[in-house]
Amino acid sequence: MITQSPLSSLNFSSPVNRVLFIYVLAVVLILGGGIGSVSAKDIVLRNISYDPTREFFVEYNTAFAKFWKAKTGDKVTVKQSHGGSGKQARSVIDGLDADIVTLALAGDVDALFEHGKLIPQDWQKRLPENSAPYTSTIVFLVRKGNSQHIKDWDDLVRPGVAVITPNPKTSGGAQWNYLAAWEFARRKNGSDDAAKEFVRKLYKNVPVLDSGARGSTTTFVQRGVGDVFISWENEAFLALKEFGADKFEIVVPSLSILAQPSVTVVDRVVKRKGTAEVAKAYLEYLYSDEAQDIAGRNFYRPTSEAAAAKYADKFPKVELFTIDEAFDGWTKAKKTHFADDGTFDQIYAK
Amino acid sequence: MASAISNLQRHRSLPSEAVAQATQDPAWVRWLLTSVALLFVAFFLVLPLASVFAEAFRRGIAAYFAAFKDADALSAIRLTLLTAVISVPANLVFGVAAAWTIAKFDFPGKSLLLTLIDLPFAVSPVISGLIYVLVFGAQGWFGQYLEAQDPALPWLQHWLIARDFKIIFAVPGMVLATTFVTFPFVAREIIPLMQSQGTDEEHAAITLGANGWQTFWYVTLPNIKWGLFYGVILCNARAMGEFGAVSVVSGHIRGETNTIPLHVEILYNEYNFVGAFAVASLLAVLAIITLVLKSFIEWKYQQGRAEA
Repeated sequence: MITQSPLSSLNFSSPVNRVLFIYVLAVVLILGGGIGSVSAKDIVLRNISYDPTREFFVEYNTAFAKFWKAKTGDKVTVKQSHGGSGKQARSVIDGLDADIVTLALAGDVDALFEHGKLIPQDWQKRLPENSAPYTSTIVFLVRKGNSQHIKDWDDLVRPGVAVITPNPKTSGGAQWNYLAAWEFARRKNGSDDAAKEFVRKLYKNVPVLDSGARGSTTTFVQRGVGDVFISWENEAFLALKEFGADKFEIVVPSLSILAQPSVTVVDRVVKRKGTAEVAKAYLEYLYSDEAQDIAGRNFYRPTSEAAAAKYADKFPKVELFTIDEAFDGWTKAKKTHFADDGTFDQIYAK
Repeated sequence: MASAISNLQRHRSLPSEAVAQATQDPAWVRWLLTSVALLFVAFFLVLPLASVFAEAFRRGIAAYFAAFKDADALSAIRLTLLTAVISVPANLVFGVAAAWTIAKFDFPGKSLLLTLIDLPFAVSPVISGLIYVLVFGAQGWFGQYLEAQDPALPWLQHWLIARDFKIIFAVPGMVLATTFVTFPFVAREIIPLMQSQGTDEEHAAITLGANGWQTFWYVTLPNIKWGLFYGVILCNARAMGEFGAVSVVSGHIRGETNTIPLHVEILYNEYNFVGAFAVASLLAVLAIITLVLKSFIEWKYQQGRAEA
């Protein structure tokens, strides 16, 4: 038998104890901090949103918390998550706990019904304006001086023009971009085949497909890649605001799409968490004068008449078509264009 | 490190004339090689590191520290520490057990086990994250189990639902993903060390009457302690810095499931560059601490060797 403890001679036991002690202390501190910061009467909502709404919801969440506190006395904190719209929908389907989703398009919200039955099929009828409290459109952002003379969709398919747009498989904004380009070409050249050829040429000019709109903005604005960025109107205005109107300019095409970002309560989640009432109020308040004003301030086109009039001169006049007019709604558009082997897969693979 | 040390040992045993010969290359060769190496280090390591701090302090010290007052930043730091505090000890225990088994015993399937340990190095971190989403997501096995009408172990399903137990897009998922990608660090570090030490000392201990646990605690562990420490430090650095795998399982809920690297990305995407680089500088400091500790351990190890 080993009699004398070799531990002391190796001087290993005390460091082990010390390390263990520090470890336990660290765990206690980390966990203790977490428990201490949550108090019982707070309501926490999770709003899973798409990329360019970051700044808007920072402002709106403060306004709603104030409104709700005044109305009920409860403190409500809204936790945000942002990313490509399609990717976010996928996460919610995979189990990300969202009380509310505010996504880039109705098609992505539909997915919550189709896969997982998280919401009823007629979710869009539950709120005014087809559950789209604010709208936007698609414009072009170019570098100051517009050296490539980009005026309209035609100019994006010219050889040598580098176009930045996100991946329509993961980004809602990119799907609006794609469909706007498609409809422009169809009206101009008269057929779906011609439109397909047009978008094929357009995507040949795309050097990088980011997964979300904000990633593309960073690519174009920060990293200086590309001549033109097909962008949400609000994202383009935000880039001008953040980086200065002396660096970029907005080009408005002759025709664009009325983009309707859509919102809904996720029934399965709010039922389980007991947050149905406050989640519903959160979305309804998006239609209030205060919220519509915040939307206008953050470069979204408000749907309320008062706010729309107030911000009318901010937004360029452009001929807009809707997804229902041109593509017979999102379900059909998704199936034809963005599902596996849809037109996007066909044009991008070859 | 084990290979670095064995290199050093080999150098030490070289005859002195061989060493002299190696240092008598023409001056220009020595200068060229040295400056190429230094330039490379400057461009790829020092410059980016310096720019992180330069960007972080661009608007002054107050702006730098303001980035850490944000509740979301604090929560990201706390979550990063929490995942490290769970996944590093888990991998420590596993790593020692695996290395002990592999280095000291022969059994069928040994090389398969070795390969499996390396798996997380070979798999892209994004794929590692996706694996967990597929298994534990609402559409995966775990989700199906929760939905099942007639599940195996009904009490477990009941318990999970009552607790609203989440794996993906919550802390358990982040810990799982981190543990997976940092899995090989400790084991990989000490397996070669244990193998090179052989089993002679253990045999001696057993001959003297020590049981298995005593042999491990008094003989094996002291022999590998510095290698082990080194593995833990590398494991910890990776656990705190991991991006890809945790990004997939996180859901990116601010103040809930963001770690430091994910928080840096968010700040950067929101044009808050000072904040992004300030938080990134935390990770840079962690890297520097790791390097200092690593050098210290190597020095200690050399000392131990010299004394022995």
